[in-house]
Amino acid sequence: MSKDNSILEEFTSKEYEHGWSVNFEADEAPIGLNEGIIQWISAKKEEPKWLLEWRLKAFRIWLTMTEPEWANVNYPKINLQGLRYYSAPKQKKSAKNLDEIDPELIAIYERLGISLNEQKRLEGIAVDAVLDSVSVATTFRGTLSKLGIVFCSFSEAVKEHPDLVKKYLGSVVPMTDNYYAALNSAVFSDGSFCYIPKGVRCPMELSTYFRINAANTGQFERTLIVAEDESYVSYLEGCTAPQRDENQLHAAVVEIYAGAHAEVKYSTVQNWFPGDKNGKGGIYNFVTKRGICAGDYAKISWTQVETGSAVTWKYPSCILKGDHSIGEFYSVAVTNNYQQADTGTKMIHIGKNTKSRIVSKGISAGKSQNSYRGQVQVMKRADNARNFSQCDSLLMGDRCGAHTFPYIDINNASAKVEHEATTSKIGEDQIFYCNQRGIATEDAVALIVNGYAKEVLNQLPMEFAVEAQKLLALTLEGSVG
Amino acid sequence: MSTLTKQDTFIGLLDTAPNNFSAARTLAKESYLSQGIPVAKAEEYKFSNIGKKLEQNISNVAPAQPFEVTSEMVHSSIFAGYEGDLLVFSNGKFLPQLSSKIEGVEVSLISEKNDLAIGSIAKPEKDAFAAINQASFEDGLFISVPKKAQIERPILLLSFNQANGGQVIQPRFWIEAGDFAEVTFIDQSISLGDNSYFVNKVIELKGGVNTHLKYYRLQNESKSAIEVSNIETDVQKDARFTSVNISLSGDLVRNNLSLNLLGSNSEGNMYGIYLLNGKSHVDNHTNVDHTIPHAESNELYKGILADQSRGVFNGKIFVRQDAQKTNAFQQNNNILLSEDAIINTKPQLEIWADDVKCSHGCTVGQLDEEALFYLQARGIDKTQAKGLLLYAFAGEVLEKIEEESFRVYCDTLIQERLGSKF
Repeated sequence: MSKDNSILEEFTSKEYEHGWSVNFEADEAPIGLNEGIIQWISAKKEEPKWLLEWRLKAFRIWLTMTEPEWANVNYPKINLQGLRYYSAPKQKKSAKNLDEIDPELIAIYERLGISLNEQKRLEGIAVDAVLDSVSVATTFRGTLSKLGIVFCSFSEAVKEHPDLVKKYLGSVVPMTDNYYAALNSAVFSDGSFCYIPKGVRCPMELSTYFRINAANTGQFERTLIVAEDESYVSYLEGCTAPQRDENQLHAAVVEIYAGAHAEVKYSTVQNWFPGDKNGKGGIYNFVTKRGICAGDYAKISWTQVETGSAVTWKYPSCILKGDHSIGEFYSVAVTNNYQQADTGTKMIHIGKNTKSRIVSKGISAGKSQNSYRGQVQVMKRADNARNFSQCDSLLMGDRCGAHTFPYIDINNASAKVEHEATTSKIGEDQIFYCNQRGIATEDAVALIVNGYAKEVLNQLPMEFAVEAQKLLALTLEGSVG
Repeated sequence: MSTLTKQDTFIGLLDTAPNNFSAARTLAKESYLSQGIPVAKAEEYKFSNIGKKLEQNISNVAPAQPFEVTSEMVHSSIFAGYEGDLLVFSNGKFLPQLSSKIEGVEVSLISEKNDLAIGSIAKPEKDAFAAINQASFEDGLFISVPKKAQIERPILLLSFNQANGGQVIQPRFWIEAGDFAEVTFIDQSISLGDNSYFVNKVIELKGGVNTHLKYYRLQNESKSAIEVSNIETDVQKDARFTSVNISLSGDLVRNNLSLNLLGSNSEGNMYGIYLLNGKSHVDNHTNVDHTIPHAESNELYKGILADQSRGVFNGKIFVRQDAQKTNAFQQNNNILLSEDAIINTKPQLEIWADDVKCSHGCTVGQLDEEALFYLQARGIDKTQAKGLLLYAFAGEVLEKIEEESFRVYCDTLIQERLGSKF
């Protein structure tokens, strides 16, 4: 037992490797939230009038809403008036190419392992780097624009493609959707915009890297992905934040629109600062992610590896509106120390012959709480809907919790829905089997956990899979069940 | 916390309460006032809007008065082959002259047991309806099985319910079984007439060390009956609790069935069938609380839903931090037979201990086409083949009933339903 404890100790005392921060001159909004601030943000970003009105409308709706309390998480309330809603590194005008970007900013991303220099990058991934409230740089834009693909920061999209933005903004996640979506609609600062025209297969992975640097700042980015008929795109999202004692709020909205025969694959490796081992600090990650399979035979696939954040509250969902459309959700959520995660998905079957698949793997260690909350809804006209859900939990340590809240609401007699869930710890017999074959206990645990999460990790694009596996190994090495 | 609505309609009922158990009644009343009748948004009653149903159908929120029950009525209501003991009730009121004297078991009115800790098992703060019952029940029945008593004959709780103006019937039971005792209860209600009424039932069961409590229940009341029941059981070390709940009818039925495993090596088994047609709506909420190490629970609920019926299943398993070495299994299978039938199911696990084996499974689907084809290829027509397969589907639960005459009776009812329906 003492060996177990020492290994657990070592594991729980692991430091967060992206915990550093950089001091640079920033352009910041005053602290607080009111209509004036929203006008300030909108003016700062030189937004058209319709967007400002849209923001104000969202703000007024938000004022009438109350913070949701149903999630299985506990945290001190956030003083939303005590936050700064805009913070941007000071730059000399807008940079047209990489040479004009402040080298200090490039250095931040180099340190995170994200090279913004196209020559130095691996072929195949275009990056939009978002620091606090603004997008710093977007790579490979030229290559992509030849195919008609638009990949840029949200602010640029508002200026350059206002019609597209106007058409799709809020069409999947309306501003009235929930408390944090309304807040995001009012104050969102930047994010990525991606548009794949009809029949185009995006030749490289598109990626956004979010970094919170400033203190006392909320990050509210908005991502909008539009895949027209018969197009394909694979999109990656990564995130880190410095280690600070106070909690920071991250309330993003991601909207995906998939036309007929289009396919969108969205992968996230979420590694926000989870707080220290006593549960101090860390990011509150309250995110609304939703995709709509608007056309027939559309497909949206969410893959997420959740290792960070003090509190996670996130349900990437699919609205399967088109006939024969497919929704997928693959998730590995790891919680340690005092982390709390309440995550899952919603699959709303509206069209006929729609299919969905949910694979959720939770791993809880330390004193953390890990919940799966999901809904499979088959509407009355969704004939022959098919769903398979599997949510497994692995517990490490006797002070953590694993919870499952699956809602299955079926209103059509031809639906086939299966749900299964198991909760267990790593079996002593499994460890023993490995030990017998000369595999040390620590390696055996890594082996078993990797095997356990493999079904999800396999869904990740190559580069991400490597990062995710590293993260998993870092978080879980040596924890003996 | 649910929002308050229509409290006032029940306040009148609370005022009719007798004077005994004043501490428990006051506590329950306060608890009810803070909870109110659950509204549509309340998580626990999300799919069963009982407040609205009561508002529409229960015109007169007053206790339904007992009516005359004759021995002929009793005899004709008892299912064939039953040879056990009998306790008869009229609108919740115990009728000793029609009931059997049960050898070795103490039966008395709750009002004669002034020091009874009512509400200590089915706590009023957990459910608004349990609170209403505790605050305003007229009287109830106390049944005590002494230590080591092996009561071989089952005890049938036969309730006759009838209301002329949509009134409220509030049965209440306290059942305790001493260490090493074994006893079987069969709970059945008969509706007289088609008038709507609201049954708000509470049963508290207390099992000692190594007791075996069996509780079978058949819900086959009128299509306009509204019922909420709170049945909660505490069992100690080495004890076993088995329940089988068969729901065949009812306008809106909500069953809160809870089991607290308080001693190691205790075991809970909960089985259920809901076979519904018409506009019946049956909501089964089960709750197993593993508080100690080395306990086991099994749960299997099966639903067959035809016409515009609606089934709701919410199975909760709690495994507390100290409850290491817990084994908990839960399964819920459903078949929808019509376009308008709805199932809302939520198998829920909340686990705070690590050395446990817990799993749940849930399916919604149809009959296996290949199995149907197999039977048809052997000369069984499609309707019959379907009935046969559905019967087999339900059979897995039915066979858990150990009391043969009751099992045969339920079996016949289910066959009739499947035969006439499919």
